[in-house]
Parts: sequence; structure tokens; C-alpha cells
Amino acid sequence: MKSILIKGGRVIDPAANVDEVRDILIEDGKIRALGARGKGQEEAEIIDAKGLWVLPGLIDMHTHLRDPGRPDKETIRSGARAAALGGFTTICCLANTDPPIDNPAVVEYIVAKAKNEAVVNVLPIAAITKGLKGEALAEMGRCFAEGAVAFSDDGKPVMRADIMRRALEYARQFGVPVISHCEDAYLSAGGAMNESEISTEIGLPGIPSLAEEVMVARDILLAREFGRVHIAHVSSAASVRLIRQAKKDKIGISAETCPHYFSLTESAVREYDTNAKVNPPLKSSADVEEVIRGLKDGTLDAIATDHAPHNVEEKNIEFNLASSGLVGLETALALVITKLVETKVLTAKQAVEKLTSAPAKILNLAGKGTLKAGSAADVVIVDPKTEWTVDAAKFASKSRNTPFGGWKLKGKVINTIVGGRIVVRDGKLVD
Amino acid sequence: MNKVKGLKSKDLLGLKDLEIEEINLILETARSMKEVIARPIPKVPTLLGKHIVTLFYEPSTRTRTSFNTAAKVLSANVTNVAISSSSVAKGENLIDTVKNLEVMGLDCIVIRHSMGGAPHLAAKNVRASVINAGDGFNEHPTQGLLDIFTMIDKKGPVKGKKVLIVGDIAHSRVARSNIWGLKKLGAEITVVGPPTLIPKGIEAMGVKISYKLDEELKDADFINMLRIQKERMEKSFFPSIEEYSQLYGLNAERLSRAKKDIVVMHPGPINRGVEISSEVADGPFNVILEQVTNGVAVRTAILFLLLSGGRPGKRPAK
Repeated sequence: MKSILIKGGRVIDPAANVDEVRDILIEDGKIRALGARGKGQEEAEIIDAKGLWVLPGLIDMHTHLRDPGRPDKETIRSGARAAALGGFTTICCLANTDPPIDNPAVVEYIVAKAKNEAVVNVLPIAAITKGLKGEALAEMGRCFAEGAVAFSDDGKPVMRADIMRRALEYARQFGVPVISHCEDAYLSAGGAMNESEISTEIGLPGIPSLAEEVMVARDILLAREFGRVHIAHVSSAASVRLIRQAKKDKIGISAETCPHYFSLTESAVREYDTNAKVNPPLKSSADVEEVIRGLKDGTLDAIATDHAPHNVEEKNIEFNLASSGLVGLETALALVITKLVETKVLTAKQAVEKLTSAPAKILNLAGKGTLKAGSAADVVIVDPKTEWTVDAAKFASKSRNTPFGGWKLKGKVINTIVGGRIVVRDGKLVD
Repeated sequence: MNKVKGLKSKDLLGLKDLEIEEINLILETARSMKEVIARPIPKVPTLLGKHIVTLFYEPSTRTRTSFNTAAKVLSANVTNVAISSSSVAKGENLIDTVKNLEVMGLDCIVIRHSMGGAPHLAAKNVRASVINAGDGFNEHPTQGLLDIFTMIDKKGPVKGKKVLIVGDIAHSRVARSNIWGLKKLGAEITVVGPPTLIPKGIEAMGVKISYKLDEELKDADFINMLRIQKERMEKSFFPSIEEYSQLYGLNAERLSRAKKDIVVMHPGPINRGVEISSEVADGPFNVILEQVTNGVAVRTAILFLLLSGGRPGKRPAK
């Protein structure tokens, strides 16, 4: 494998507490020494990164690929390509496939298929319960042995506190987190958007934000007693406050939010735009402000996409019937830069941390999310200043369900390098 | 029946989107139409050659018949299509259905659907006029207009008049259309019902909330009783029909404390003995059947305004 020398870029590596102009040398699929000048430099491919950011490859700890089950919406291949274009070098795929990732065979299938067809690292998250039914534990140990990096029934809550208790206790032996999709299914039943003035105004059945918050509260209490919980896709102000307090109380909890929860409010659905239908639903501006505060003060550790591809048949229909979710891999970084860094909510280093070392830490991904010497050479080079317009038709994802179409964003991925191999060059996929 | 001006949109999706002038235009036109309908031969050739389809995903007797009658007054052809709501998820999707109807040469689609926003989705995808005949909890604009028409007919301009809307506000498209329209015309509205059936944030629509029907009745000019569905009881919005009736039902004894010229309204179908007693429903203050009559006039006016004059259908906005 040819060496790569990335010259003159602003290297931002939060795990190493680095934010300065440096060169990066990649040899044999590894980062050689941060700042060192390698001896193989003569033959190295040189990438001029002047004026650009050089970051550890981004890690998305919340990606829905639709393989197995719905390859028309997304495959491991297409999802990985979308990830690479978005600057992600590692994506963690959730278990709500068909069949679900609730047994070692499906974990093995994903690992093997990813090896063959994915341009980025794909790490499966296995189910907490068999069939995501919330009734009986899935074979966590065997799934872990095949490569599962976390457990989650995401898409569905684990409604029974006793089952969640056992899951937290049992998962401790593997040292990987249980990721909770917080939604009280009785409170959310029948709802299509956030319950608010706007749901009342446009006559759609509402989901109270309490549906999320009561489960966040429950899971915090369970975590205090039984083991670590990671809260997925935090969208509400009260959830942020609960998590903030839990962290003060030294409870083993971590949390993520998604770009749409700091970029959009519920008014995005006012004209019945199903591309803005997502679960948990978009909330009020007060919720958005608290999510942003939570990102700033560290209550929310990570930013994940909740990339959820759906085809037009499931979106261009009545709002109540439309599937929930939006594709996020190809817009996440630009939304972070535009909405959080440009606005000075976060420094570039803080923002990068939430997309790299924070998820690596939550998921115990050794040698990922950093550019320290010896780490896997997963690197992304980003032009933080150039504005571009989101055009869903150009997505590498098989699905087009984005509410951000037409948005002008800053932050364009120029190169994505996975394990020392350039998979995106000049903003385009190599193959 | 001179057509001074028209409606701005090709569609009638809700009172929320109408300007005051448009509401007044519809009401004025409806007054002319009421006169036409009262003639010995209630038929004019205005919409000869126009074809209207009613596309109903929910059962309806009154609204559909009313639209049929209105269309026939104007000499339009009507086709009725009923699709069981249970097949919505499985069958042909809404956009395909309305596009098929359009290419059959239909000029106007009157749609009723159990989900809010469905007529809006249809309207965006066809050039034909779309009339919302009720969408989920969202709007039922022709009902709202006929209610307002009836109010003005009884008591003159509604500005400053106190209107009570009583019952299941949360799931009521009639309530929302009444609120949008009446607020634009300056009426004062109080919604009355159990807290479980008052939707979050409805104050933002400019209404007052009350849980005390007797107190509100004292100075009300109009009381619009909404139909209560048994299904709501099954979902624990209230414990029993009997209790609901006791707290929020309109009976003669309760009505005796109201102003002497109060007008009692109901969009139908009425649940006798539940939200309204027979004594009241058939009593001297009720205008329930007049509402139905006025409904034909209002719908005739809307079809006339949307479809006469050969106005070309505008391209959908988006």
C-alpha cells in the first residue's frame, strides 16, 4: 500500500488534544507519527491540505442500513458509499433489519458482507431482545463474539423495565453499551408529530415529548442500579436536563443527538412535509435551544445521524402513513459545521470530538476516532469554508428522504481515507 | 350572480388559508345560491359539462349528498367514489388515485379522508380543483362556512358575538374550521370540553378554554355541539357516556340558563341523549336542519366560484 503524506492541513484530533497545522503520514494503513516526517516520504502520494481540516475519520454510531430486508432502500454497499462521501469512515448499523440483527448469523452476515462491499468500516449493533419484541433477551454474548459493538432495539423501545434491567446487567460482562431508544409506546401511540400548538393547528395526532422523557428518566434510574446506558437521538429539552443531572450524579450514562434536532424545529412539518417526519419527532425551538446547550456543556456526548433511508413510496403519501426517518450521512458534517461551528456554539475541536473520539469512547473502539500514531489510518479532509447546496438527487444513498434539500451548507468533504486507502478523492467516490 | 372576483387558489383546503374577502365572497355567493335553490326548478346551467367526483375515504351521508345536490343545481355531472379507509394503507396510493381521476377529465375532486393533510397532498399533485370535505382532525371548511352562514343568517354579523364550541375539540375538524373562520370575522370563541379533549396549545388559535359549560352558557350567542364518539371513551379520554353527558351534554334544563335568543347548532350526525337531548335537538333554539339546508347553498357557491368561468386550473405550486 502506497504511503500518503497529508501536508499543511489544520489537524484537529480531540483525543490527542491537537488543533494545529501539521503533516500526517500514513503508512501500511496506520497513522505513522503525528507530525513526524516519514522516511518513505519520497514515494508517498502527497495531498496538499492547505486551508483544509484534517480530521480523524468520522464515526456514526447510529446508522440504519436496510440489509438484510430492504435493499431497495439501502444496502451495505450504498450506505457505506454515502458514509464515505459524508466523511464517515466507520458506521454502526442498527438491528431493525429484516430479519433483525438478533442472532449471531445475521451479525456474521453483515460483517462478511461489509468486508466485501463496504468502502468504510461497518460495525453491527445487535438487538437487545429477540425479534426486537422487548420480551426476551437476544443472544448478546454470541452476537458480541461475532463482532457486535453495542446492543439496541432502536426503532422500538424496550417497554418492560424488568427486561431492560436484565439487559443492562447482562451486557456488563461484555463491556459494551446498551443503546436505548427512549419512547413510551403508550404515550406515543397513534401520533405522527410533536404534540404542540402546531399539531393542534394542522390537525395531526401528536406525540407528547413526555413519551421520550419518561423513558429517559426510567433508563437513568436503571443505569444507576444496573449498568451503563447510552441514550439515542435525544430531542427534548427535559431529556437534556435529566441527562445533565444524571451526569452530575455520576450515573453511567452517555447520550447522542442528531443534526436534525439542532437544525430543525417542528415547524418543518407545517406543510405536511413527510421528509421531516422522524422519530422522535422534531420539537419546539425551546427544545432545540436546550439540545444546543447540551452539546455545548457536554451533556450530549456525541452527534449521530440516525440515517434512516426510506423510498418515495413510503414518503410521498399521507403524513400519518408515511414512514419516520431521514437520511443523514451526507449532510451531517456540513450541518455540524454550519449550525454549530460557524455559529460558535462549539469550537471546531469540540464539534469534531462529538463525531469521532466521543463515539469511539462510548463504543470502546480502540484505535479509532483519533490520529494518534498507530491508529487506523481513517482520515477525512474537509474544506470548512466552501458553501454547497444539498441536492438529494446526487446522494450516494439509495434513498432521497431529506428535509435539507436546497439548503446551503458549509463544510465539504474532499478526501476520505479508510485504513490508508483513499475512497473519496476531490469530493467524489473513487470507484 | 355577477362574478366580481374569484378565489385565489384552485382549491378549497381550509378556512385557515382563506382571506376575509374570500370568506365574504363565498357567503355572499351562497346567499344568491340559496335563492336559486328555493326556486320551483332549482337548476341553472352554469357548470354544464363540468365533472365533479367525490372521493370519500370515510363514510358520510350528509356531506356527500349535499355536494351531489349542489353539483346538480349547477348542472355538473357527479361521480361518487368510496374507498374503505381500511384499504388506504394497502391499496393504490392517494396520488395515483387522484391522478387517475384527473386524466378521466374530472374538473374537481371533493375529498374526505381520515388523515389531516391528505387533500393538500392531492391538491399538490393535480391541476383539478380539490375541495376538502373533511381531513382527519384538521379542517372541514364547507362545514365551517355553512355554520358561519347560518350564524349570520340568524343574528347578523358575527363580530363580537360569543360562540361556544363544545365537546371533542381535539379530534374535531369542524371545531378547527369554525375557529379559523370565526376568528377572521371577529367572533369570540370559547372551547368547552374535558381537559383530555382540549388539544395542547389551542389558545394560540385565539380561543378561550373552559371546563364549565353552565358558566359559559350564560352569555353565549351560539353554541355548537360536537358529536362525541364512543371510541374516545374506549381510549380513556373520558370514563363513560353518562358522565360525559352529565358534564357536557346540552339538555333543556341547562339551556334554560342561556340567553333567550341563543342559537343551538350541531354539525350532525347527532347522538340523541349523549351530547344533546332530543328536547333540545328538536326544540325552539335549534337550527340543525337549517344548517343542512344552508350547506347545499354554501357548497353550490364554492363549486360555482371554483369551477365557473372556465378558469384554467393552475399548476400545482410545488
